[in-house]
Amino acid sequence: MTMKIEDKLFLDRFRVDEESHLRIIDDALCREECAHQPCLYICPANVYRQGTDRISVAYEGCLECGSCRIACPHLNIEWRFPRGGFGISHKFG
Amino acid sequence: MPEAFEVIIVGAGPAGLSAACLLAEKKIKTIVLERGEYPGSKNISGGVLYGHDLAQILPDYEARNCPIERNIVESRLWYLSREGGYSLSYRDKIFTGERKHNAFTVGRAKFDRWFAEQARQKGALVVCGTVVTDLLRDQHHRVIGVNTDRPDGELRAQVVLLADGINSPLAAKTGFRLEPKPEQVALAVKEVIELGEEQIEERFHVESGDGVTIDILGEVTQGMDGVAVIYTNRKSLSLCIGANLSALSKKKVRPSEMMEAFKEHPLVTPLLRGGKSTEYMAHWLAEGGYEAIPQLCGDGFLIAGDSGMLFNTLHREGSNLAMTSGRYAAEAILEALRKEDFSRHGLKGYLSRLQGSYIFLDLKKYRRFGRFRHTHPELFTTLPRSISLAAREMLTVNGVPKKEKQKVLWREFRSQTSLTSFLRLLWDGWRSVR
Repeated sequence: MTMKIEDKLFLDRFRVDEESHLRIIDDALCREECAHQPCLYICPANVYRQGTDRISVAYEGCLECGSCRIACPHLNIEWRFPRGGFGISHKFG
Repeated sequence: MPEAFEVIIVGAGPAGLSAACLLAEKKIKTIVLERGEYPGSKNISGGVLYGHDLAQILPDYEARNCPIERNIVESRLWYLSREGGYSLSYRDKIFTGERKHNAFTVGRAKFDRWFAEQARQKGALVVCGTVVTDLLRDQHHRVIGVNTDRPDGELRAQVVLLADGINSPLAAKTGFRLEPKPEQVALAVKEVIELGEEQIEERFHVESGDGVTIDILGEVTQGMDGVAVIYTNRKSLSLCIGANLSALSKKKVRPSEMMEAFKEHPLVTPLLRGGKSTEYMAHWLAEGGYEAIPQLCGDGFLIAGDSGMLFNTLHREGSNLAMTSGRYAAEAILEALRKEDFSRHGLKGYLSRLQGSYIFLDLKKYRRFGRFRHTHPELFTTLPRSISLAAREMLTVNGVPKKEKQKVLWREFRSQTSLTSFLRLLWDGWRSVR
């Protein structure tokens, strides 16, 4: 039985900050200029999902790999580390 | 943070903590800044460490209760098609005897925490929950400290060692290392699967405390340039699978689904049976090789470990390069402190040590290996398929004469690959690793 991404993320320990550490800089750019939209696929935590008018960012489950930042063809993602002590905390690593 | 430090280390991983141990031992005022809740909380690797490099920093690491999962006595290499595959393994008594702990598995959340504790005991200050957001520079552009996300977060020192790992927005922001391009990193996901200690020993045919590594190539990465591994821990298995980020992006493959497909491979499933997933993580691997290494020192700073793209893809060695580059950085910093010269010139002992060491020599030796894999996608598609088919047909006893089978297999192989491109593959492969 294959495990869904939601179930995988449920295994992890997150200390979620109130404010997102990820931000799409310009929604219109995603909508109008980005045919490929790799963020919807390559994110191992499925943080980016296509909403009705824009891509939503579920930063709470971010695994902090950085892939979206460099794979975005328009470099349209503002990416910083979660504040000190926040974000994922590996149990085994 | 009003206190003055001689050295600031960014990142409590193997590179930063190696340097911290050695500097603190020499009574150098050293602070390590770690963004995670505790050292190791953001860190991950396949999970193999090497005793040789660790012993250069902590010769008595075993007596200090280093949290070793399993001592590696056997290494397997699998080359898989979708439904089968080849397995090659090597086991040697020497790895249980005089070369015990040549390689061993660890969980980085535990290991890095332990390592940080050793650095603390030697006198280094390790501060967690602190993100370094920028570097401070003087009018000559020399690095003189860091800025952090704490209130009054400025901190000054003579030297800053950047050991903040491969995903470093700091390096990109300060321009000390260009942001990697998608083709220069592999994105890997890892799952930890809990299993009974005895079950692991039975399934892998090892004694208590001993373990096996399996490195896997072939169709598991769905035609992309990538790799998977299964490593044994004391009570769990580490499963990792990753592929070049630009390939993932082009093929629109979801890493979590690639992991699920991997778990269902017929060679993998029996090893996992009854196991329970307990953690899911993701991380980059530096794939740029020698050409991607940035300038590793300058006025007031050095870069060590993954942050400097020091990773040997072919031999999946990274943590040892991190520890040893951290050690060289500490030695160079000690020299600079003696001379009171923290310029690039004063710190250049770091580069000369790296150049003469296995780190640069190995990365130079394999400098063509990345390009070899990129330019030969058949390594992950038609080649494992063809050679698996050959084994499958030759092993099937069905009354068909072998010569006839051979003819069919050869025709099948030639329909996929021309002889010249096959020879080119062998030649390029040899050149990339010789």
